[in-house]
Amino acid sequence: MYGSGIVRGLGVTLKHFVNTYLEDIRWGFRRHVPDEAFPLRQGLEARGIFTVEYPEEKIATPERFRFIPFLVVDNYDHPERPGHDWCTSCGICAKACPPQCIWIVRGTNPETGRPVPEPAEFYIDIDICMNCGLCAEFCPFDAIKMDHDYELASYDRTGAHIFNKQRLSKEFRYWQSIAPTRAAEEAQARGGWEHKDVLKQREREARAKAPASGGEA
Amino acid sequence: MTEHVQVAETATLVQDAINRLEAQFAGAVRRDDREGYSGVIVDAGRLVEVATFVRDRLGFSYLSSATAVDYLGKSESDPLEMVYHTYNLQGGPALVLKAQTPRSEATLPSLVGVWPGANFQEREAWDLMGIRFEGHPNLKRILMWEGFHGHPLRKDWHEAYYEQDTKPFDSRWPEGHVSRAEEHNPYGKNVRYPAGFTLDGYESQAEKALYEAAPMGVHVTDMATDRVVVSMGPQHPSTHGVFRMIVSLDGETIVALEPVMGYLHRNHDKIGERNTFLHNMPFTDRLDYFCSMSNNLGYALAIEQLMALGKRYEPPTYRAEAIRVLMVELTRILNHLVAIGFLLNDLGAYFTPLMYAIIERELILDFFEAASGSRMMCNYMRFGGVAYDLPERIQGTAALVNDRVRDFDTMHYLRALINDRLPRAIDQTNDLLTTNEIITNRCIGVGVLTREDAIAYSAAGPVLRASGVPYDVRRAEPYSIYPDLEFDVAVRYHGDIYDRYLIRLDEMRQSIRILKQILPILEETKGQPFFAGRGGQYNPRVPAGEAYGRAENPKGELGYYVVSDGGQNPWRYHVRSPSFINLTALEQMCKGHKVADVVAILGSIDIVLGEVDR
Repeated sequence: MYGSGIVRGLGVTLKHFVNTYLEDIRWGFRRHVPDEAFPLRQGLEARGIFTVEYPEEKIATPERFRFIPFLVVDNYDHPERPGHDWCTSCGICAKACPPQCIWIVRGTNPETGRPVPEPAEFYIDIDICMNCGLCAEFCPFDAIKMDHDYELASYDRTGAHIFNKQRLSKEFRYWQSIAPTRAAEEAQARGGWEHKDVLKQREREARAKAPASGGEA
Repeated sequence: MTEHVQVAETATLVQDAINRLEAQFAGAVRRDDREGYSGVIVDAGRLVEVATFVRDRLGFSYLSSATAVDYLGKSESDPLEMVYHTYNLQGGPALVLKAQTPRSEATLPSLVGVWPGANFQEREAWDLMGIRFEGHPNLKRILMWEGFHGHPLRKDWHEAYYEQDTKPFDSRWPEGHVSRAEEHNPYGKNVRYPAGFTLDGYESQAEKALYEAAPMGVHVTDMATDRVVVSMGPQHPSTHGVFRMIVSLDGETIVALEPVMGYLHRNHDKIGERNTFLHNMPFTDRLDYFCSMSNNLGYALAIEQLMALGKRYEPPTYRAEAIRVLMVELTRILNHLVAIGFLLNDLGAYFTPLMYAIIERELILDFFEAASGSRMMCNYMRFGGVAYDLPERIQGTAALVNDRVRDFDTMHYLRALINDRLPRAIDQTNDLLTTNEIITNRCIGVGVLTREDAIAYSAAGPVLRASGVPYDVRRAEPYSIYPDLEFDVAVRYHGDIYDRYLIRLDEMRQSIRILKQILPILEETKGQPFFAGRGGQYNPRVPAGEAYGRAENPKGELGYYVVSDGGQNPWRYHVRSPSFINLTALEQMCKGHKVADVVAILGSIDIVLGEVDR
């Protein structure tokens, strides 16, 4: 019968319409569903409205989510080196960066003039950054990581969008909080929660102290 | 096993073809014996003759890609080279034709007469590389505007913000004092114009030519005209992006149509040549931004082909291949759902089908985000595997105010998605649209592309297969683990909008079939390496040579032609984008139809301007 195809299609839209209200009844017509209902409404079981009402509701991003990079520094209450850069200014991130948005000035010892393994300055132009995550992927010291904070709107493009070392630095604790599993995996690969160099140093010291037993640290 | 035998046979087919070419055109055809290269170099003077012979007598009737390479400084004569990849529609590898021309006075005969599909590609070669094609019906710039100075893909051409030939730039480390590019090259002074070109009293000659070329009865200023030229676009003539069509109308009937593009052009090829090999991976995401996973795969295939020329090459592990296929087929489903949604937008069913499609797309993107870190710009594939293994759980971590956390088991999520949710979504699309009388009235018999035209115009993907050509790169020249998987190549025979709609439903069902086979493989290979070779190499060694990696993308055949000189960066990096080349046939499909159908026909091709303009 002519028109039956349209009616059939309208059946589909009607089903969606009804489902939307059924969902609303289920959660008591609350504007924002409770936390435990959120995975149901925004997941495989979803039947009704699929909208997330940003900014009152936000979907938490997964661990691997990548936005502008940040630099890991030791916790500010670290007993030995509070706020110390994990970055050794080896320059691999700057080389791996596809749009070349990373600028690093290698640190030097002011007395000897020799390079030291920490950056004197570190800049990322976040207007150029394409959030690809290659810097974090190839950093051998787990010192640069991708952030989860995507709310970075600002009024000034010319001054505010080149992040310097201070703006980029975040505590190691923060990385543990946004990516607990990965932080733990990386720590396991390094052999401890500390920076690679610190661990190596400790190992060396331990070996010097007790050459016979070895590797106790 | 049978597949391997088949490949061996088809490889000799190409050898046979080359032997026959050499016998037929003695002296005019010679083998390309540069290391890592294949195919034949043809005398420019006899190119048309050879091409016709290749098409009609040797059976390589499908021109996949035509592009130019600048070999400045690579040999004594510094030639420009045109490279044609032709395929047999029965399957098998390419017969590659090449023709060289000197840099000054670069001229080659046009092959539009042999393959109309070369039309836009030759215009692109003229625009970007400055090769003049004799006999081309409409040789003018296609991506750049007329006030553009020079031909940007030539190696001696430098962009406004030029810093160094290749990345990584020396200014970044160890003395990386930051500066913004526009400080060195301020706005207003960053453009060069051709000699004699001025903006004072500027009147676009290209625009004038465009309107004059459109067939009109009488001059448009005289009111008594029966033909009208309409400029549709560039502000979204439909929902596809910044694309424009110059349509010549007789009443409401289309007499001629010319696509105008380049509004989103950023010279992806040139950026790619500055980049290192790995740098290009995230850039490929930005081509067809709906299908970044598939774009990644195509590029990885091309570079792996090159790496295989070297001694120490390890092919991707089985698990890596399985994950790749999983990602690519999910991409196909999401692309087709959205493509159908947009087609219906174009037909006037405003947003209902599209929004239903977007619900399913969200679920797929949630998985992509958990696996790769980004919803759309996935940057997930690497040479030799993938960047990360599948995550154990698809789980958010609350970092911002009002963050709502979801937590799913990945394999459970995939099983539910593939076995239940997506098939239901496809059926729902089918119920909603397929028998709808408005759709059948507007789509059946409209925008017909015949089988012969589809092949001649180098149409690819669903457009080609809806015209009755069962050509699918996954079967014709298999890559990854597709030979092990069971699926059929979808094909429809009418070549109209309706068939192009139906074939997308068919293809989604085949993708579901593939995904169902992938799930047990993922379970079995759990814990196995997802990357072959040494990890942590940001600058892998790629031997010198050429490679044409192609993948069956949702929109059609995506090809990457990459030339390596053994250095850190590709010498030439070209993208054969299916959206761009499928547009070549747009005029053919639109002629004789009403102006209201143009948008629907455009929607049925399924283009993305990020890929058209590159």
